[in-house]
Amino acid sequence: MTISSEVQKLKKRYPDSLSAVMPALRLAQEANGGWLSPDAIREVADELDLTPAYCLSIASFYDQYYLEPVGRTRVEVCTNVSCGLAGAQQVVEAFERELGVAAGSTSDDGAFTLGTIECLGGCGWATVVAIDNRHRLRVRADDVAGIVEELRA
Amino acid sequence: MPEYPSIVFAGTTDGGAVTDMGEYQRAGGFSALRKARAMAPDDVIAELDASGLRGRGGAFFPTGRKWSFVPKPEQLQKPHYLVVNADESEPGSFKDREIMLRVPFRFLEGCLIAAHGIQSQHVFVYIRGEYEREFEILRDALEAIRKAELLGGVTVVIHRGAGAYICGEETALLESLEGKRGQPRTKPPFPAIAGLYAAPTAVNNVESITTVTPVLEMGGAEYAKLGVENSSGTRVFSLSGDVANPGNYELPHGISMRELVYDIGGGVPNGRELKAIIPGGSSTSVLSAAEIDVKMDFTSLVAAGTSIGSAGVIVIDDRCCMVQLGIRVSQFYEHESCGKCTPCRVGTKWVTQILQKIEDGRAAQADLDLLLSVCDRIMGKCLCPLGDSDAIAVLSYVDKFREEYQAHIDLGRCPFDGDSSLEGILAPADQHAHHGHAHV
Repeated sequence: MTISSEVQKLKKRYPDSLSAVMPALRLAQEANGGWLSPDAIREVADELDLTPAYCLSIASFYDQYYLEPVGRTRVEVCTNVSCGLAGAQQVVEAFERELGVAAGSTSDDGAFTLGTIECLGGCGWATVVAIDNRHRLRVRADDVAGIVEELRA
Repeated sequence: MPEYPSIVFAGTTDGGAVTDMGEYQRAGGFSALRKARAMAPDDVIAELDASGLRGRGGAFFPTGRKWSFVPKPEQLQKPHYLVVNADESEPGSFKDREIMLRVPFRFLEGCLIAAHGIQSQHVFVYIRGEYEREFEILRDALEAIRKAELLGGVTVVIHRGAGAYICGEETALLESLEGKRGQPRTKPPFPAIAGLYAAPTAVNNVESITTVTPVLEMGGAEYAKLGVENSSGTRVFSLSGDVANPGNYELPHGISMRELVYDIGGGVPNGRELKAIIPGGSSTSVLSAAEIDVKMDFTSLVAAGTSIGSAGVIVIDDRCCMVQLGIRVSQFYEHESCGKCTPCRVGTKWVTQILQKIEDGRAAQADLDLLLSVCDRIMGKCLCPLGDSDAIAVLSYVDKFREEYQAHIDLGRCPFDGDSSLEGILAPADQHAHHGHAHV
């Protein structure tokens, strides 16, 4: 899948085409199975007349660009203060058990990447769990088995 | 409990949303925009001045005055900009998200009024990348406004961030929007003079911009009657932590913390005791339970040695170890430090490590002094407030809960013996070193 025409459209949205680098990296990541391989970064660089090194310097700064392969489903548990007080650590451990993978890593079959994440802006609905960037609110450790069953279905 | 007026969330009931253009218009939506566009731009700014509206992102700068700093078009050689900061990332704050979800048209109407006020044709909304649903709601609402031909020649671009707390700092946000790493700039020049693409730029928070709409609807003088001196109007307080009814509550400035936490929030659940309250997001100084009667307005919270910040109130009960709280907060700032200024880049790491030493019972008395010394070496020595935030928070925990810190040193272990509510909490910065239940 080529991102060329989409990136050219993005460039027109901004007075300076450099501003298109973040949305272009997002597009490239989505088109590349959820991570930015060296080839995906090169594609963005070519479209925007930038160097791959510059694009990598942007991609490495922001947490939502993944520079290593990720699982087909990303599960990220907020463990900042409010979620922590609500039992986020028990939620993390329940996902580790149910998915069979340690936080910060990807399952051997490539199905899931599990991680903890900084404040998702849902402190009043703790614990917040982002599944492929979609937020589940008020997740308790008891809910995790059901969520995983749903994700595996 | 008294009934409080709904200003930001006006037009919604029982937590509902108005995401349909027709529904919004039938309820009088865009009347404020029509009113504003019939006024001279300077008169719009005068309404904002009269309202006393001050920025809801944390710095509490008067909105009208900020707009008045932007040069007039006849003084400019190139376009100038309105940039809306929707990068809400302060731990404890989740109000902008609910505003965008529930009253997206009210927010976008405010954007167009603000653009008229500063005579700009270009609006950028920088929304954090984690707000996927909120992005979609805004995108669809904007498309409906475009189709209804209400943009009036103004372009509005919604730009998505990609996970960096620092981009909530206005100059880092502008760098990011220009396609660079989100690292703060030296000020001055301030964005009103040299902001986006080095052009004059007003940068306003989502709640501030959304409040512009009711200010025009009701008039600045009428809005100023709400709230208290120096803190006019309502505020969307985000209430979270150890409280029975967490959530966002729009209330007038000047209500007491006690009313917010107990009457509205239902108090501390499970028979636990209130221990501490973070009043304005994790970067503000903590208050002890004894300070519960403080009023929630700018002046009162400054007098109490803290800040209203982004009005993100985190309630903490007696199960929480304050050293563990310090570690978790410091890990966050360490992770989010952009690396540009050495005191922040190195200092936040030191703060976390010393706190960990105290928590583990490995600290000597001198380590507590070292902790305070490192905080002092961060404070006021960086380009932006990120490092200061870590220092301010941790210093306040030590100040208000010194005996608990001392107990860790004297006992050589955490006095909570594994029962703290934040026990073992795994921060993102630590997870790669974590060997939990790998491949069980």
